[in-house]
Amino acid sequence: MIDSSLKDIAAALRAKTVSAVELATDSLARIEAGNPKVNAFITVDREGALAAAQAADARLAAGSAAPLTGIPMAHKDVFCTEGVLTTCGSKMLSNFTSPYDAHVVSLLKAAGAVMVGKTNMDEFAMGSSNENSHFGPTRNPWNTDTVPGGSSGGSAAAVAARLVPIATGTDTGGSIRQPASLCGITGIKPTYGTVSRYGMIAYASSLDQGGAFGYSAEDCALLLSAMAGHDPRDSTSLERAAEDYTSALDKPLAGLRVGLPKEFFAEGMSDDVRAAVDAAIAEYRKLGASIVEVSLPNARLAIPAYYVIAPAEASSNLSRFDGVRYGHRAAEYTDLMDMYCKSRAQGFGAEVKRRILMGTYVLSHGYYDAYYIKAQKLRRLIANDFQAAFAQCDLIAGPVSPTVAFGIGEKSDDPVQMYLSDIYTIAVNLAGLPALSHPAGFGAGGLPVGLQLIGNYFGEARLLGAAHQFQRATDWHTRKPAGF
Amino acid sequence: MSLSLDEVRHIAKLARLELADGDVEATQAKLNGIFGLIEEMQAVNTDGVEPMSHPQELAQRLRPDAVTEGNRRDAFQAIAPQTEAGLYLVPKVIE
Repeated sequence: MIDSSLKDIAAALRAKTVSAVELATDSLARIEAGNPKVNAFITVDREGALAAAQAADARLAAGSAAPLTGIPMAHKDVFCTEGVLTTCGSKMLSNFTSPYDAHVVSLLKAAGAVMVGKTNMDEFAMGSSNENSHFGPTRNPWNTDTVPGGSSGGSAAAVAARLVPIATGTDTGGSIRQPASLCGITGIKPTYGTVSRYGMIAYASSLDQGGAFGYSAEDCALLLSAMAGHDPRDSTSLERAAEDYTSALDKPLAGLRVGLPKEFFAEGMSDDVRAAVDAAIAEYRKLGASIVEVSLPNARLAIPAYYVIAPAEASSNLSRFDGVRYGHRAAEYTDLMDMYCKSRAQGFGAEVKRRILMGTYVLSHGYYDAYYIKAQKLRRLIANDFQAAFAQCDLIAGPVSPTVAFGIGEKSDDPVQMYLSDIYTIAVNLAGLPALSHPAGFGAGGLPVGLQLIGNYFGEARLLGAAHQFQRATDWHTRKPAGF
Repeated sequence: MSLSLDEVRHIAKLARLELADGDVEATQAKLNGIFGLIEEMQAVNTDGVEPMSHPQELAQRLRPDAVTEGNRRDAFQAIAPQTEAGLYLVPKVIE
């Protein structure tokens, strides 16, 4: 049942052919059997899951269930969960049991969703392969010698391996879309400001945005509907009425204008990815969409701009980890300064340290205008490009990742090569637009390829609707890795 | 743009990150590789472009100056490395 659609699971719960406790038990058994192969979970909360499942069954019996009541799910370990270990993939927080819930966690608890555990991730969400986790790399269920992508790689692998049907993630530079693509599932990052960042451990605050993973666009729409909404505790949360993201699922594709940015198709994409992306676009055309060429001339500047803005914000955000109020403190030190320096040097991994150093430098006296302000100006040019493109089309389509999943260890010693794997996803974060990845076929080694769909601000329902229409006509999203 | 070894040591100090002498050169090499990637942006003419800090251009919301959080000191201090009598303890800073 765990590998069914949310709609079917919800119907079975209401028909009493399965209980929430049975679903939670099944998910926990799948984790026990499958997790040693993929290392998708940092924490499994068996006791909490069974208690939440019992409460969900009571609610179902009382007739007061919400769409996600009784559905097993997992949270990326970036979301604070009261009374449950919240590590953010870091040694720094390896002893941190959060005293409060993130807004997203509160909402999903209130919806009756059953959290079975917390998923593995690149430390502080910095990475594209999940190799930067203090708790060891997550492995791609399609081939356990390859990476699942990152930074939400644990959530993507958990859903792909059918350990849970849905999971949360966060996307600062591609961290939902790239792992969704590499693991052959669907994942959406909404418009910046849609999902509250309260209790979501900060990496780069002007870019960080929570989102959803599922087998299909329809499942993502159901999860996102339960996660989104205004929260006064997040100063950048948008004051908009709650939205039903399933509202446009049945809208036909006829008349939809899909823009293909010529820069995304110029070079850099491997042949197998290109073949799958081209075939998916042909399918959209077959379903009634019209295809137009658009241009994003400044898209190539997204990586340089991102690697100034994100480290700058990270260096500021991560200064809170000082070994005083929570988190790791060095065992031995001589004075306060030494305590800070040793606690942070021991608590953070190599990539996090690199980004803190980069950010400290670009924000330091004399370099602020040359780097941070310059990058923010490029950010404006990149956002303007998208608005010009959306004058000619309703959605933009393209690749998510230039290649299928790469080998574990293949890029881990070369940060520049690793950064370049996010070339197609980062511009969307800088502009704050919604975008998703859905399965589009398979490439080299039988590994999944995703198609990226980018919408204009608040275009989530339309994006999910387009992907749903694609998924009604194709079966890529129903394929699952052998052995799970 | 490339960082000298002294600059690497200096920013590590600013960032409160202990950097072992043996790691300074490797850190310098990696950071300079990344700066090579970033340098491309300096060639772009951005005269007259307004910096963008937030996609929706929102103003900060204001709220009434009223207490909204209860006292949860015990819960917060239960996860602290070292506390005493409701205080967080750090090494002595004033002799």
